[in-house]
Amino acid sequence: MTDAAATTHEPGPVVKPSPAEGGTHHDHPSELEYVKIAAILAFITAAEVTVYYVKALKGVLAPILIVFSLIKFTMVVLWFMHLRFDSRLFRRLFVTGLGLATFVFTAVLTTFHVWTR
Amino acid sequence: MAIVTPSRPEALAPADRLDTPTRFLRRPTGYTKGLWGWLTTVDHKKIGLMYMGTAFIFFMIGGFEALLLRIQLGSPDNTFLRADTYNQVFTMHGTTMIFLVIMPLSAGLANYLLPIMIGARDVAFPRLNAAGYWIFLVGGLFMYSSFLLGGAPNGGWFGYVPLSRNMPGHNIDYWVFGLQILGIASLTGAVNLIVTVINMRAPGMSLMRMPIFVWMSLVAQFLLLFAIPVITVALFLLNFDRLFSTNFFNVAAGSDPLLWQHLFWLFGHPEVYILILPAMGIVSEVLPVFTRKPLFGYQVMVFSGIAIGFMGWGVWAHHMFATGLGPVAVSAFSASTMFIAVPTGVKIFNWIATMWKGKITFSTPFLFAVGFVAMFTIGGLSGVTHGVVPADTQQTDTYYIVAHFHYVLFGGSMFGLFSGAYYWWPKFTGRLLNDRIGKVHFWLMLIGFNMTFGPFHILGLQGMPRRIYTYPAGRGWDVWNMVSTIGSFVIAASVLTFIYNIYKSRNSPLVGDDPWDARTLEWTVPSPPPEYNFKEIPLITSRDELWHRKYTEDEHGRAVRRELPEAQPVMAGTEVEPSGEAHEGPDLLGADVGHGGEGAEEHEPHIHMPSPSYWPLMVALGLPIICYGMIYKVWAVAIIGGIWTMSSIYAWALEPATAPEDTPVHGPDTAGHDVEAVPAS
Amino acid sequence: MTETITATSGSHSEVEPGHPPTATGLSNEKVGMWAFLGSECLLFGALISTYLLFKGQSKPGTIVPKDVFDIPYTSVSSFVLLMSSLTMVLALAAIQRGDHRRTRVWILTTALLGASFVAGQCYEFTTFVREGMNLRVNLFGSSFFVLTGFHGAHVTIGVLMLLSLYSMSLRGKLPESKAETVELVGLYWHFVDIVWIVIFTLVYLIP
Repeated sequence: MTDAAATTHEPGPVVKPSPAEGGTHHDHPSELEYVKIAAILAFITAAEVTVYYVKALKGVLAPILIVFSLIKFTMVVLWFMHLRFDSRLFRRLFVTGLGLATFVFTAVLTTFHVWTR
Repeated sequence: MAIVTPSRPEALAPADRLDTPTRFLRRPTGYTKGLWGWLTTVDHKKIGLMYMGTAFIFFMIGGFEALLLRIQLGSPDNTFLRADTYNQVFTMHGTTMIFLVIMPLSAGLANYLLPIMIGARDVAFPRLNAAGYWIFLVGGLFMYSSFLLGGAPNGGWFGYVPLSRNMPGHNIDYWVFGLQILGIASLTGAVNLIVTVINMRAPGMSLMRMPIFVWMSLVAQFLLLFAIPVITVALFLLNFDRLFSTNFFNVAAGSDPLLWQHLFWLFGHPEVYILILPAMGIVSEVLPVFTRKPLFGYQVMVFSGIAIGFMGWGVWAHHMFATGLGPVAVSAFSASTMFIAVPTGVKIFNWIATMWKGKITFSTPFLFAVGFVAMFTIGGLSGVTHGVVPADTQQTDTYYIVAHFHYVLFGGSMFGLFSGAYYWWPKFTGRLLNDRIGKVHFWLMLIGFNMTFGPFHILGLQGMPRRIYTYPAGRGWDVWNMVSTIGSFVIAASVLTFIYNIYKSRNSPLVGDDPWDARTLEWTVPSPPPEYNFKEIPLITSRDELWHRKYTEDEHGRAVRRELPEAQPVMAGTEVEPSGEAHEGPDLLGADVGHGGEGAEEHEPHIHMPSPSYWPLMVALGLPIICYGMIYKVWAVAIIGGIWTMSSIYAWALEPATAPEDTPVHGPDTAGHDVEAVPAS
Repeated sequence: MTETITATSGSHSEVEPGHPPTATGLSNEKVGMWAFLGSECLLFGALISTYLLFKGQSKPGTIVPKDVFDIPYTSVSSFVLLMSSLTMVLALAAIQRGDHRRTRVWILTTALLGASFVAGQCYEFTTFVREGMNLRVNLFGSSFFVLTGFHGAHVTIGVLMLLSLYSMSLRGKLPESKAETVELVGLYWHFVDIVWIVIFTLVYLIP
């Protein structure tokens, strides 16, 4: 065996640097953008609390709050957790868990007639 | 495992020299030998062997428990076991067979084979892998310690509330804490194997070129990933009810016992697919080899495995048909249960098609694989009848159900695992198990199994309930119960035959890399494989890569052996030895060691492997301490255990994956070659 | 914290010299963390649905949410946790730039915000207990404390990880090449934050 000193050459796949890797991130949010997102999140939180106290909206309170929290949830996941810019694999792993949880637990609660009691 | 003995004794790492009394506190290195080497190993192959060996011992214990049950039930009004003893034995029999036998056997086999089958050197997280084994071991021992500490778990393997909530004594507490410990092992193992398969495949090993065993194990690991958290919550809630008097399952406070059942079966149904998919994967590996035909419908097999995994999340309430869910819920789950029979049935047909017009060798692995197909089909058919709600209302909680799940779990999973044992034994040990004795084992097991569990169908339909410790005479159940009991001893004889086979074969001739003329990558490396698996990572150009390297097709589509390996576009250094040739090698479980520096023309490549570590074991040891402290409410003990585990985790995190002593030494040896300090633990 | 397996994987997102790349080009640890977070969805899903099942089902006359909840107070602690996600992502940006001082500032801030969240919860819970609500009293007490307790335990573990990162950075053991470690802790931290977003809405705000 020749070339004994070399480390075993293990041919790898062509490494396509995904946007999240390497030093230069072209679609990586800047610090200012992160602060803007945080501001939006803070604003939505304030809106949630405000809506909570508005008596006129009591009937539609639950749907409004759910929508607000979904927006916050999604924004944190997509931007802060960088899922928007990262490999689809991460999205699939997370969405599978999230989707499965939503599906099975909605089904369980349905069998308990939680929505109609 | 035999260790590399470098040609120059002075190359021994200082930590391993006998004159250092604190050598056990130093980090083990690649040179560490013996028991300490096994305790600290991070080699997926050794870990896999430990999983399988330990699981087999639990199999014998669980089988012994089964014999006790069958003795008690062999005749009516029997007094061999008291009721409360019976409850412990039947709970532990089920818990053992599921969590301490089938799951670790499948995990161990996956651990050993998956990296090699995808062309990798180890799993993604070797130390985490080791931790998974030690956590499994302490979890099993912890649960069994209950026999000596007031009584074993006695609420059934399914632990229904409110019985398990209100059961006095600590029996249930051992069950709850034991399963939590085991759950940690399963979850970490799942993350590990998932990352391994996704990320560590050799170049050219696309997902659709992977062996089916890898695919089925991958689906099972995903099921574990998502199912274990659900039972974790269920167990926590039960635990808090018992320890801290919370109200999760307190009917007086307004709770609903069905909450437990939903949470348990949300885990429990994916669990049964976790138990069967790897065994299906084994069958899909074995049948092509012994019929000399590729698996029929590879893609369909992959997709049905995935479909089973997905759909398995939509059927759990079929375990609850008689609990008053209401017609809508029950119909929905009945429909989904019928649907899931489709991908399962597809697999059966594909296996049959694989064997059709094949050139069959009736070896022991083949017999067990065919046994799987037949027995699992029977179990699957009874399963389909359970999916019909009115029929199930009659069948549920009778022995008919017990028949079903033993046919799929024993006739299915265990037969598949025995097939795998015989098939991969030469790869693990370098020697074949005796085929004649193997056939005796198979036939005894097949006959004994059907004698034991066949009658359960009849008994169930005759109305014999499950989970009873005795029954009165004169119900017409006596004869079949006796037949079943006799059958259970035939099974015991078959297991003894297997053990005898292992003993008898311990000195059989060594075989080469590929004694079966097989199709997948594990048969391209020595038997047993060296620590680093592959001298060079292979380049994959097709499914059944090894087969295509060995054979091409003539104009009639028949396999024709290729010329010598040099003509092949494979990596230089890949060993392709004519099968059957004895490979000069080590003892039963020895590594194929390199002969670096001993004047050989070919010497060991410069391969770094991660170093051993004792932190995984340390982390595991803290867990039962926490649990004992909590069960007996001696909080100091629980806190000490917690500190032990946490500090071990910290020490592990701060420890580099490769010990400084394992960094290879450079410099020529007497023959002028680079000295190789190839760590092998 | 990053397990560097030299021959078996590329354990960093960036392919380092001498590290064989992974089949996807992604780091093992990152794939593992996302898989783990997927499984955590099931964990919190089970706890949250248990809470929802028991919502409004406690025996009449026993303590109910509106007896004890202080929405303004909890809004403030929710806001604190939300902002800690911002500081976390700023810490990651800082280490990716190689600005270690900033990294430490943001990591420590995140840890302190997380710790105040937990402290706020401790204060909130002791107030509840003084008002007669505990684990045992009814379905609400059991399900509330266990759900928020699990979440709080996750936050605490996150704070410990952040403090470990801080200490590693101080000792020079967190170079720019190990930015991924910060990223992974960050992923965990953000997950814990989004779970709270769900809990705050479903438990506190929705009647």
